[in-house]
Amino acid sequence: MAISFRGPGPIPIDLNVNGEERTVFIEPRRTLLSVLREELGLTGAKHGCGRGQCGACTVIIDGETAYACLTLAVDCEGRSIRTIESVSHGEQLHPVQEAFIEHDGYQCGFCTPGQVVAAVSLLEHNPSPTEAEVREAMAGNVCRCGAYPNIVTAVLDAARQGTGRDPGVSGATVASGEEG
Amino acid sequence: MPTIRKTQVEFEGRIEEREVIVEEEHIESWGHDVEMRWVGKPTPRVDGIARVTGKAVYTHDIQLPGMLIGRFLRSPFPHARITRIDSSAAEALPGVSLVWHKGKQPAVRSLDGRAIFVDEVNYEGAEVAFVAARDERVAEDALALIEVDYEPLPFASDFHTATAADAPSVVLGEDNWIDREGDLYERGSVEAGLTDADVVVELEFTTPVAAHCCLETHGSAVAWEGDLVTVWHSTQSIFGTRSSVAEALEIPMDRVRVISDYIGGGFGSKWGAEAFTLMAALAARETGRPVKVVLNREEEHLVAGYRPGTYQRVRLGAKQDGTLTLIEQEADVTTGAFGGGGHVVGGPAKDLYLCPNVRTRVRAARANTDGARAFRAPGYVEGTVALEGAMDALAHKLRMDPLALRLANYAEKSPSRGQSYSYKGLRRAYEMGAERFGWSDRTASAQSDEGPWRRGVGMASQIWGGGGGPPANAIVKLLPDGTAEVAVGVQDIGTGTKTVLTQVAAEELGLPLSAVRCVVGDTLPAPFGPGSGGSVTLASSTPAVRSACREALRQLIELAAIMLGLEEAPAGDFTVEEGEIVYGPDPEKRIPFNQVTAKMGNYMIVAKGARGPNPEDRAVNTFGAHYVQVAVNVETGQVRVERLVAAHDIGRVVNPLTAESQVFGGVVMALGYGTTEERVIDPDTGLQLTPNLEEYKVPVMVDIPEIEVVFVDVPDVEANSVGSKGLGEPPIIPAAAAIANAVFDAVGVRVTDLPITPKRLLAALRQAATESKEGTR
Repeated sequence: MAISFRGPGPIPIDLNVNGEERTVFIEPRRTLLSVLREELGLTGAKHGCGRGQCGACTVIIDGETAYACLTLAVDCEGRSIRTIESVSHGEQLHPVQEAFIEHDGYQCGFCTPGQVVAAVSLLEHNPSPTEAEVREAMAGNVCRCGAYPNIVTAVLDAARQGTGRDPGVSGATVASGEEG
Repeated sequence: MPTIRKTQVEFEGRIEEREVIVEEEHIESWGHDVEMRWVGKPTPRVDGIARVTGKAVYTHDIQLPGMLIGRFLRSPFPHARITRIDSSAAEALPGVSLVWHKGKQPAVRSLDGRAIFVDEVNYEGAEVAFVAARDERVAEDALALIEVDYEPLPFASDFHTATAADAPSVVLGEDNWIDREGDLYERGSVEAGLTDADVVVELEFTTPVAAHCCLETHGSAVAWEGDLVTVWHSTQSIFGTRSSVAEALEIPMDRVRVISDYIGGGFGSKWGAEAFTLMAALAARETGRPVKVVLNREEEHLVAGYRPGTYQRVRLGAKQDGTLTLIEQEADVTTGAFGGGGHVVGGPAKDLYLCPNVRTRVRAARANTDGARAFRAPGYVEGTVALEGAMDALAHKLRMDPLALRLANYAEKSPSRGQSYSYKGLRRAYEMGAERFGWSDRTASAQSDEGPWRRGVGMASQIWGGGGGPPANAIVKLLPDGTAEVAVGVQDIGTGTKTVLTQVAAEELGLPLSAVRCVVGDTLPAPFGPGSGGSVTLASSTPAVRSACREALRQLIELAAIMLGLEEAPAGDFTVEEGEIVYGPDPEKRIPFNQVTAKMGNYMIVAKGARGPNPEDRAVNTFGAHYVQVAVNVETGQVRVERLVAAHDIGRVVNPLTAESQVFGGVVMALGYGTTEERVIDPDTGLQLTPNLEEYKVPVMVDIPEIEVVFVDVPDVEANSVGSKGLGEPPIIPAAAAIANAVFDAVGVRVTDLPITPKRLLAALRQAATESKEGTR
């Protein structure tokens, strides 16, 4: 039985992840999700389905939300990748994270990193969304535990509070230096 | 001194008489008017930061040096015989550590006693071969290199095919019936019920096969150190996993440690060790390297269980005033090739209403699918759809308010057991829910239709266990700086267990929440705790924590008395207030908690506590009622659930914040069950058409109605020392039935096949139109 799908062997790839330049030696067939989790030890993004159907792997690439499970790592060279690990800074949580805790916007928590990243990205594009806009923007993030009502509440609350708090925490430029 | 006592425990619709070791003095329940500092207050989760930052470690996230990844080759047929298997090319692939299949496999049997790899595969996804390799890519490549010849065999995918006269054998040499006579319950007689009835309704229902869809798929990671084995397992039962691993590997229990710190959903499907756990353990022992096996999404649908579909017939008889004379309910289910899962479909019919004549029967047959598993209120969700749908039809026929019909048949005592309830707040739940919903004004809202949209309202109610019971234990350590560690052998599957245990410990010890650290999800530090099923975790384990904390305080007070020079004073003269131990007769004599512990040096107070027995001759149950408003589009068939009010009686609510989340979760899951979720098997191939999260439609954020939650919140002081009962399952039970009843109210046609998809709704409307045309001819 011939197996041509294995493809070429590992090659070096330069990735900018959470503001840091990282070089990984990987097969070109690797997804961004598998590289984040297995090569870079960033296990916050989860493998829920591997087919872009659940959103547990949500990351931000060049400012846009993306499913890391459907993104090839080689396609990310020269682009800025942000994961859940960059959303908080040391003890300093992002307003979205604080709101998730305050409003119990989770249950088992497995989808939560993806939900938080999707919410952060939404608020970067639309700092004061309506409830309908939150529901629409986050419809690609499945929560099987059904924490949706509290997630909506948390995102709207974070949006209300967001302007009063440090707006830079979610920006792409703060990756190093401040958190010590 | 420990003694052995008998106690009644209800677990998922079955009453067990257990002999348990009781070792604590009776602890009076916290009463109705006790001023509480932590219990009863909305409390954000103690592990919230780990959850929102991605730092929480799930089984999927375990990565150990040198770890191998295991994958299974699975049957592509619903039923076949394997005639040849050749793994030589796979074994030769660089990076592959081992390949196992029926030709070469370790001497271990799966937990149901069958060998893991056999000649005959009986369902799509059955294990054919196992590979452990350097990483997932190599493992997948190796699977593609294994050559297997199959001889396909005839199969049966559903109950009617499997039980037909000329049915093919689901498992060669085995009867397709698992239980042909059926699990039967009878009180009074059907004949008497019919004779006494002024009105009879009879309906048939079908309910779908529903998939748990845990977002963290099932998996285990295993590492050996000498003869000690550590198993990270995404499980609802760490102790159940430990005993099943020890048993399967034939090693002593004390060599097995099971860790399940964070669990990405279970809903009944994640219990003890599974084939992948054993393969990981054996491959790790064989290779000397840690091994992780995680199912992919498709495997999760194929081999990780489901709620069985049902075919049901319900017959109700009643007097003109609504008094029930008969409840008869029959259900047929298929539970997979080798059976499994809970299907106590007749549970609600036995106990929800006062009725002298009740008969329920549940028959089970095999089919060529994997085994069913308990799924959040197993049997009760299915049974309630039919029972509460029939009650709605009866109310309609009698021209009675559906709520009034239920109140007319209210059971003050447990109808099946004849025992009084420790507390039953269903009447209050009916009232509170109706008031919040505006049930008495419902006609007005139902009239306001727009274009093709018709509005309707409906309700349904619920009974479930959730009283928990022994055994459950806790250990509390008081540390020199005045903080406390609490270890409990339960696991937090997302319900907030860790948080409520912390609240109860802080309450009893008189410490701030921040001074109590609770450890769950690890068999090493903790004494036994129950699996998280049957809504028992809170009601079983929080009283054990209270008991352990009281024992710790007793020891602490002894030391404090010495330090205050009051060695002779009776222990009962001391109280703990605001972190200080106070001598009642002379409150000037007091000493802060942490001053006592500081003087202990490195001495540590270690106290154990146990869950006491359940009250004698009492039924301990949970209750609820849901009220729903829907809008139905008669042109497209779309059902939009607009608003749902959920009223629940679970005794004392320990944490209103996480309790509300539980109700949201149950309602959302029931919304999927009632309107979108359905496993579909192609009758021609016997293969699943819906093994993913696109074709199997779980609710997403745009589907969610306005959900309002009200709790009766009266402590059940007879049930246990905390006065609280479980909530994991109750809220999924009545919602789908209430939605179906609201759809009837909206369009005047009862859809009795769930989920109520546009296709089914339009078909029902068309059929009703045809029948009424024929009727006028």
